[in-house]
Amino acid sequence: MQPQRHLLAIEGMYPPEIGQLLDLAESYALLNRSGKTQRDLLRGRTLINLFFEDSTRTRTSFELAGKRLGADVINMSVSASSVNKGETLLDTAATLNAMQCDLLVVRHDQSGAPALLAQKVDAAVINAGDGTHEHPTQALLDALTIRRRRGRLDGLTVAICGDIAHSRVARSNIYLLTTMGAAVRLVGPPTLMPAGAERLGLQVFHDMDAGLEGVDIVMMLRLQRERMTRGLVPSAREFFRFYGLDAARLARARPDALVMHPGPMNRGVEIDSAVADDPARSLIREQVEMGVAVRMAVLDVLGRRQIRNV
Amino acid sequence: MPDLLLDHVHLLDPSTGLDGSGSLLVRGGRILDHGPALGRPDDVEIIDGDGAILCPGLVDMRVALGEPGFEYRETIASAAQAAAAGGITTLAALPDSAPAIDDPALVFLLRSRGEATGSLTILPYAAITRGCRGEEMAELGLLREAGAAAFTDGKRAVASTQLMRRVLSYARAFGGRIVQHPEDPSLAEGGAATEGELATRLGLPGIPLVAEAIIVARDVRLARLTGGALHFGHVSTAETVELIRRAKHEGLDVTCDTAPPYFDLNETAIGDYRTYSKLSPPLRPEADRQAIAAALIDGTIDAIASDHQPRDADDKRLPFAQASAGGAGLATLLGITLAQVHGGRLSMAQAVALLTSRPARLLGSRGGTLARGAPADLCLFHPERAWQVQAGRMPGKAQNTPFDGRALEGRVLGTWKAGRRVFG
Repeated sequence: MQPQRHLLAIEGMYPPEIGQLLDLAESYALLNRSGKTQRDLLRGRTLINLFFEDSTRTRTSFELAGKRLGADVINMSVSASSVNKGETLLDTAATLNAMQCDLLVVRHDQSGAPALLAQKVDAAVINAGDGTHEHPTQALLDALTIRRRRGRLDGLTVAICGDIAHSRVARSNIYLLTTMGAAVRLVGPPTLMPAGAERLGLQVFHDMDAGLEGVDIVMMLRLQRERMTRGLVPSAREFFRFYGLDAARLARARPDALVMHPGPMNRGVEIDSAVADDPARSLIREQVEMGVAVRMAVLDVLGRRQIRNV
Repeated sequence: MPDLLLDHVHLLDPSTGLDGSGSLLVRGGRILDHGPALGRPDDVEIIDGDGAILCPGLVDMRVALGEPGFEYRETIASAAQAAAAGGITTLAALPDSAPAIDDPALVFLLRSRGEATGSLTILPYAAITRGCRGEEMAELGLLREAGAAAFTDGKRAVASTQLMRRVLSYARAFGGRIVQHPEDPSLAEGGAATEGELATRLGLPGIPLVAEAIIVARDVRLARLTGGALHFGHVSTAETVELIRRAKHEGLDVTCDTAPPYFDLNETAIGDYRTYSKLSPPLRPEADRQAIAAALIDGTIDAIASDHQPRDADDKRLPFAQASAGGAGLATLLGITLAQVHGGRLSMAQAVALLTSRPARLLGSRGGTLARGAPADLCLFHPERAWQVQAGRMPGKAQNTPFDGRALEGRVLGTWKAGRRVFG
């Protein structure tokens, strides 16, 4: 199997690849907690965070991961305005090649944009979220968080809840969790369910109480305001009434079930603060911590392959 | 121009039932005679066809020219070059250009520009509504008088039911079919692929299959109400062809065409975000592709049109949802259609009829026939000669073929317009 030069999607990855990345990330999680660093690993390498869409937390997480490994990290935020000036994605690619970037982290509002860039740049491309397609490092950090708490992924039942149709986080998690042997349920209103969900081998629930029955993990997704204005959901309060996670609903899950959210949260829309802030049940803070470790592992692996390719 | 004898050819003309070996004599740009045992007059140029098929020049009933307004994509001159290479001698040009063809002077202009190429008859479609905006009815009578072959708003559907009813009704006074782009605009808005598992995996906004059948079902009822002549462009779903099959059975004046991508490719061609396979309507699941191929055989589909939509690299080298929809199709129209013949189910005579006599009848064209006295618009092709489609090496300007890399059997050897050789 030819190792991938880029990380564009979880779909198509094999269990050993995912397992090795998680093992490496685990070791970085321990290293980070011990306060030590690995600043020689990517010394002299350039990492560019190219964000066409705002995301403070993902960008910061990649920035921190790059710096802990010794890379020179540059943040480029490409606002809609420069796109409007007529500069295309491929113009941007040419610019980046001229700068001799080694690792390129891309966030874009269009599905497939990182794949398009990957065809044109010399750098290793890491998809940091593209449109409604994938967000691979989010799924990896979610998996690492679960694995550290539960010791495994296979055999677990995970309910992914909310706006699944428009969620790249959901897609990456669906591929990763099912590849690693977990059972995935999708819970949400029919208008926010992706077409063909059943054909992906998933159980679909429109009744959240039934969907949470006996699950090990409840993974909440962010509901964007735009879904209300476009008439997919009538109002935030109606959404919370039927698909919001509160303590009563969480009681349907296993007694030790854990709650996750990729952030940023809409408190009172998809999740109740009492659940989100309950240290016994909520993994939300730990997800952020594991995010840095997972991104260090990804940069490490792709950075080494870059050196070998040169 | 010297007179011409095409000798040792297989004459194939569904309009006259001609199907057999022989030769064809051209004098003064017209077909003088044909048959198995014509003599060899001394004063003519003789072309030995070596057993290749000679059929009428193809009649392509759905082409976007690029002119006026999008000359960076295609010009009439470059389209004429690609058409000649594809064996096409008559094409119907879509009116959603810039400006839209919604004025009699523009209809006249396009016809003249076609004549000026010397290789191509352009039959202009005129807009159904001013500017193809779907609001006010265009001057259908005056446009028809100026020579509009039929009416359409191009790749925009007439969304308003009331307006569609009125144009179907009003156009009856002047002749000329109403050609609809069958796609419900509100269901299609923002969509980039057919809704389903594949679009979900790619994270692309989907258009449900029923967006096509909804418009077809509605408009068939309006054709029944008004007695109007209705045609659907590029039909692509199983449900749509079933609705049209029933409308024809009922005796309504309802016809349709499809384009090669819809019987040759399925939606998996857009995998890896290949924007050259982004079309409108989007490519469909395999079951729909099979239904379109079957509807070619049973006669439900009246014509195969290239649905040529020229785009340049900058229109296509974008993230998939932002890339412009449409594929170049002039040079591959015959080859992809012949793949259905070599696949064994469509007969050669049916294939040629779908590309010549049947669209010619829908458009009121004098082409599409080898009848004695008709203009000598001819296409000579070898049904088995192999070639490969290569984007970047296609005739004409537009290179955005969805068939890049496809190996084909069946190649145009020569094209004649009014007796003059324009290709080969």
